Amino acid sequence: MGATAAVTDASFANDVLMSSKPVLVDFWAEWCGPCKMIGPILEEIAAAHGDKLTILKLNVDENPATAANYGVTSIPTMNVYQNGEIVKQIIGAKPKAALLSDLAEFI
Amino acid sequence: MSQDINDVIIIGSGPAGYTAAVYAARAQLKPIVFEGAVTAGGALMNTTEVENFPGFPDGIMGPALMENMRAQAVKFGANLITDDVTVANLTSDIKTVIDGEGREYRAHSVILATGSSYRELGLDNEKRLSGHGVSWCATCDGFFFRDQDIAVVGGGDSAVEEATFLTRFASSVTMIHRRDELRASKIMAERAHNDPKIKFAWNSEVIDLQGEAKLSGVTLRDINTGETRELSVTGLFVAIGHDPRSELIRGQVDLDAQGYVLTGAGTTATNLPGVFACGDLVDHTYRQAITAAGTGCSAALDAERFLANLHSK
Repeated sequence: MGATAAVTDASFANDVLMSSKPVLVDFWAEWCGPCKMIGPILEEIAAAHGDKLTILKLNVDENPATAANYGVTSIPTMNVYQNGEIVKQIIGAKPKAALLSDLAEFI
Repeated sequence: MSQDINDVIIIGSGPAGYTAAVYAARAQLKPIVFEGAVTAGGALMNTTEVENFPGFPDGIMGPALMENMRAQAVKFGANLITDDVTVANLTSDIKTVIDGEGREYRAHSVILATGSSYRELGLDNEKRLSGHGVSWCATCDGFFFRDQDIAVVGGGDSAVEEATFLTRFASSVTMIHRRDELRASKIMAERAHNDPKIKFAWNSEVIDLQGEAKLSGVTLRDINTGETRELSVTGLFVAIGHDPRSELIRGQVDLDAQGYVLTGAGTTATNLPGVFACGDLVDHTYRQAITAAGTGCSAALDAERFLANLHSK
């Protein structure tokens, strides 16, 4: 396993909403090409900045309730949660430099 | 690394870029291939079954086809870099390109294979509703529209492919098209007409998008009568064509009025010595995986010949 862990419908409240650290949740699926592009980039970001930002991956096939709850209709969608609220939403795959600048306030 | 002068740099990684890489690598040119930071594999990465690429009688998934081409390039020694080129200076004998991390690479020749990108509708709400009902990728986002009424804009092969794919999830898919018949190939058009879930809004264009937090409907205008009407949909997939990705090289390489790279007849050579172009970046006629692969091969052979002349001087 790399620097990112999985989160599920069942563990979402505990792992994300109750977290004391900001959490980026990557909504992804096996069949989504752009999600596969962004996977390794998120691994690198997690490895470098894991002390400040937790990065978790949510498989929308296996966990449809959370995706529906947050109105996700396009993947990859990356939501950053802080104190149980969405504080940042990034939709679509982006190069690493662009992602880092989007996440600058958290890392 | 940055001090070496490479033989060839390939920018782009669809069928054109990877085929050029296979040929250049097999010719011992040790190509450096910029695959793109998030676009590696090109347009086929967002498709499903490819039925018309020769050699695959049972079809092959688009991403699998690209993974195979990539593996073939790697096998022969191509150096793949999963990053974008942000700056390219192509006018001198030694070409330089700079990647997304600011690293510089130099080469005697460059093969341009950056392909094309999805065309947008150009409506005010489009950006705001992107990812909230408006999408350019049926294979990525179709899943989220289970049992909903959605629409596809466009009438070509890609639009029909998207609409057909989306019927797996949606309760209905309305194809919105400016003409009164599909522009798609006959086999694709028949597939759409025979699909009970696909409906048609002919002679129609999308002039507005409705919805605050997410898409709730689109406003259509009849091209002939000018009448407008609302179509209630929660998803809109845009498949109205592509534009060549030539911004990087604009002002250096000669382009036509639509931004496609101009090459001479029967060659992939551009106006700049040592710069070759292939794939959808050049082609506004055929735009197939196999034609892109074909011109990618030609570009590698043209570059090889150019380098042989250069090194024999």
